[in-house]
Amino acid sequence: METIIKKTQRTGPVIFSEYTRGKAVRKAIEIGRNDILFELKDSGLKGRGGAGFPTATKWMLSAAANGEKKYIVCNADEGEPGTFKDRVLLLEYPELIFDGMVIAGFTIGAKEGIVYLRGEYEYMLKSLEDYLEEMRKDNLLGKNILGKDGFDFDITIRLGSGAYVCGEETALIESLEGNRGEPRNRPPYPVNTGFMGYPTVVNNVETLAVVPHIVLKGGGWFKQHGTDKSTGSKLFSVSGDCARPGVYELPWGIKISELLFIVRAENTKAVQIGGASGVCIPKSQFDRAFAYEDIATGGSIMIFNESRNMLKVLKNFMEFFVEESCGQCTPCRIGNLKLLEGVNKIESGDFTFGYINTLKELGKTMQVASKCGLGQSSPNPFISILENFKEEIFNSKNRNGGSNGKAR
Amino acid sequence: MAKRDSRTPVSQQPHTVEIPDDITTIGGTVTVEINEKKVSVPFGTTILEACKTNQIHIPTLCHHPDLCIAGTCRVCLVDVEGMRTLQTSCSFPITSPIKIKTTTPMVRKARRHIIDLLLSEHYGECYTCVRNNNCELQALAKEYGVDNFTFGHVDKPRFEIDRSSPSVIRDMNKCVLCKRCVRTCIDLQEVGVLEAINRGDKTHIGTFYDKALADVVCINCGQCINRCPTGALHANDPSDDIWAAIDDPTKHVVIQTAPSPRAAIGEEFGQPAGTSYTGELNTALRRIGFDKVFDTNFSADLTIMEEGTELLNRLKAVLVDKDESVKLPQFTSCSPGWIKYIEHFYPEYLDHLSTAKSPQQMFGAVIKTFYAKEADVKPEDIVTVALMPCSAKKFECNRPEMADSGFKDVDYGLTTREMAKMIKEAGIHLPEMPSTNFDDPFGDASGAGLIFGATGGVMEAALRTAYELVTGREVPFKNLKIEPCRGFQGVKQASVKLENCVEDYKFLEGADLKFIVAHGTANAKIVMEMLKRGELNDVHFIEIMACPGGCIGGGGQPIPTSEAIRTARAKAIYEEEESLPIRKSHENTHVKYLYEKFLTDGPCGHLSHKLLHTHYTKRGKFIS
Ligand SMILES: Cc1cc2nc3c(=O)[nH]c(=O)nc-3n(C[C@H](O)[C@H](O)[C@H](O)COP(=O)(O)O)c2cc1C
Ligand code: SF4
Repeated sequence: METIIKKTQRTGPVIFSEYTRGKAVRKAIEIGRNDILFELKDSGLKGRGGAGFPTATKWMLSAAANGEKKYIVCNADEGEPGTFKDRVLLLEYPELIFDGMVIAGFTIGAKEGIVYLRGEYEYMLKSLEDYLEEMRKDNLLGKNILGKDGFDFDITIRLGSGAYVCGEETALIESLEGNRGEPRNRPPYPVNTGFMGYPTVVNNVETLAVVPHIVLKGGGWFKQHGTDKSTGSKLFSVSGDCARPGVYELPWGIKISELLFIVRAENTKAVQIGGASGVCIPKSQFDRAFAYEDIATGGSIMIFNESRNMLKVLKNFMEFFVEESCGQCTPCRIGNLKLLEGVNKIESGDFTFGYINTLKELGKTMQVASKCGLGQSSPNPFISILENFKEEIFNSKNRNGGSNGKAR
Repeated sequence: MAKRDSRTPVSQQPHTVEIPDDITTIGGTVTVEINEKKVSVPFGTTILEACKTNQIHIPTLCHHPDLCIAGTCRVCLVDVEGMRTLQTSCSFPITSPIKIKTTTPMVRKARRHIIDLLLSEHYGECYTCVRNNNCELQALAKEYGVDNFTFGHVDKPRFEIDRSSPSVIRDMNKCVLCKRCVRTCIDLQEVGVLEAINRGDKTHIGTFYDKALADVVCINCGQCINRCPTGALHANDPSDDIWAAIDDPTKHVVIQTAPSPRAAIGEEFGQPAGTSYTGELNTALRRIGFDKVFDTNFSADLTIMEEGTELLNRLKAVLVDKDESVKLPQFTSCSPGWIKYIEHFYPEYLDHLSTAKSPQQMFGAVIKTFYAKEADVKPEDIVTVALMPCSAKKFECNRPEMADSGFKDVDYGLTTREMAKMIKEAGIHLPEMPSTNFDDPFGDASGAGLIFGATGGVMEAALRTAYELVTGREVPFKNLKIEPCRGFQGVKQASVKLENCVEDYKFLEGADLKFIVAHGTANAKIVMEMLKRGELNDVHFIEIMACPGGCIGGGGQPIPTSEAIRTARAKAIYEEEESLPIRKSHENTHVKYLYEKFLTDGPCGHLSHKLLHTHYTKRGKFIS
């Protein structure tokens, strides 16, 4: 079983490396906006929330956008099933996240930062707010930060209310504005038209937490970790059938099999990478790597051993999406329901392969026709599990219905 | 940053790109490729608009020209080169030279899938639906050649039909969740009764705590009905009862027709918007079997006499008698949607409402008293029907206080759509009918009554009469056209100077009579907030209509609706009015006759107070 790991025990090449509060902010003020953006671009940092959008580009776009006000939003909604790395950062490394936000504010010219904190993390609210108060005392927040004239920035924390889709950045902004958490149309993008219509940078907790290290040690140092196209390291939230679940900082490019070894997973049949909306990888592909150029991920790793029923796993994911779709757009709202119905039909044996293929086609439509990432990625497990585990699933002996499953 | 004058939430604004005022400047237009053809469009145009102006049809469902963009149904998807996913053409602003393809195999497959998905959740058979042949979902299914239910089809209803409201019926089994009703109710009308509830597969459109429509602050304007693409929303149709009354030989069935339905009903018979069928309709109604056909314009003239007199009385009470219990500005009271709106949202200002009943209700009361006597029919044998452009009129005629004749003053409110259905059922093609006149003793009607149909019309009619009463001269506007009252601007404000007043109104000498005209309850809200802030202390008279465009845009009018359609209907009304011999309410000889023979103590006199005036209910926002 997992032993509780303390901050002092965590080690890692980038995020979990040494850092003292305020250090990177001081350096940021010294080197100025352009150099920060230069280092960030040089580092090749991509968003750690899942979508992998280059962070430097996002910051440059919002720095260039005109608006009387600008906002930095830290996406701490951490709703993807199997993800809990942001929780560790929020609990143990608030200095990294908040300094990252201050640097972001300094770089794009924002004076306000908002942390959108997952409703279930309410228990952290008090300590995070106390932490912000300390930062204010140290002049790391507030007016003329660290003596820099006109550099004003402060952070507020807002609680989410439990919808998975509110982690999607535009739904998050709607939620912040007090509306139903429904994703917006894009374009316009938040970098131009975000919170209250003002240019807004939305970054994941981990993305922001990496920034102080890059500012301090440079993009070149960061690039030394990882692969050419996937620079730096990544936090992985590992759960499921293994002896050592938990949060790991590992360099990009590491192979699935290597990770399974580190976490002591045995008899592994499948790994679901990227949460419910990710892909399910069978044993035959365990030599593939975690990297944007191979299997990109926000860091959720769920391990399934030989005892697991993959159709049940799939069913669980589809039930999640049927419930968590915001319900606004047709392909996602009804499409997920049809995919779930398909899974149920397979389970009861009452299906035709023709219809399952139609549903796979529907899944492909959902990937290109849905309004936001939820509907665009929810068919992933349906398509990948049915494809990668067809032996198990369509071999009627293995189905729930046993040998009387009547596949036609 | 783009201009933020829109009330719609940021999320639903199409785009916040800065659109150059002068598109001939550099960067004012963008050249894009649509289906490999180069076209130039103004910067910021949506792909949908660009396609439309280039004769490329793109299917839509959640899109409506009156409403902010939603981008949720996804049927308008197109392929934009270089983008990972398909894009909704309704929401995508063109700001760079992109390449668009509108009918790739992927686009067609996606659209077909989406239509199939919508059909899989849509319960209801087309031939039993009010919107049969006028349904956007049905049209889409036809356009995309849907010949089977790929993803199944619901075979039993999931929602109970809400028939609680006398005006609007909601059948959520037919809802496609386009949220056009939500956007109508929240953004266009700012009433905010309807919103999506829950998420995922539990998402549905509902009211506060999913209460019945009759138990929430719905104002019955029916604007949601006009914009619903399917039969999920429709008006409460009394035509079976009306047929029964017509078929009953002991009943004397009279109908009054309002001007707006006459200017729009042709649309139900395939005619272009903007043709009036007043005389043809009279003939059709007689052939259907109505015993008498009256003109609501008559009672509109009566309304002007009562409401105009009330205004002058209020002015005197405030300016001369310094009576603090009398309130100015006075608001018009013809629009039952507006009445319910103010009763719910601004109940503390009900004293500002004219106590005059609407033309529909005045007529009902006169028919069952004066007319009953003149025609020698027992009032209990009379059935009064009102052909109205309005769904709120159904609620209005069912108000318990609307029985001053001793009977229910108006038995049925019938919408333009329902009337058209009755005419069709009787085997009549309206445009082919010969034209005939209205029946006496109310055959006369002035043009002033006619223009009630468009926003600003009541104000214009009232000014024509009030100005003349006060000064003894015609209003100082060319050809009696009071232009400041006309047009579709949300809130219009103007004034007329009163000079050389006649003896009785010397107290108004030199005064500026200030007035405001607003239409749509969102604009009513703007006016009420101004009043609340004390900014309207010097305003005397305010006309408010609940529906955008006034009655011609009412919730009972033919579907579809758009600003262009409403403009055409208004034009038809203004054109018809200019050709009329009498154009001022006080010159209506039948109205004069009514005051001579029946309401002998004059406008706002004792009897007219009993029959033609009413009182209001403080409803508030919370209904238990
Ligand atoms: C359904 C859905 C849920 C999401 N949930 C989260 C989340 O909980 N946390 C997060 O950081 N990003 C989440 N995202 C990604 C965000 O939309 C966005 O891409 C991210 O916050 C950008 O930050 P980054 O560039 O730093 O990764 C979600 C996306 C989708 C489509
Ligand atoms: S894809 Fe799903 S979650 Fe995203 S907007 Fe559409 S319905 Fe909502």
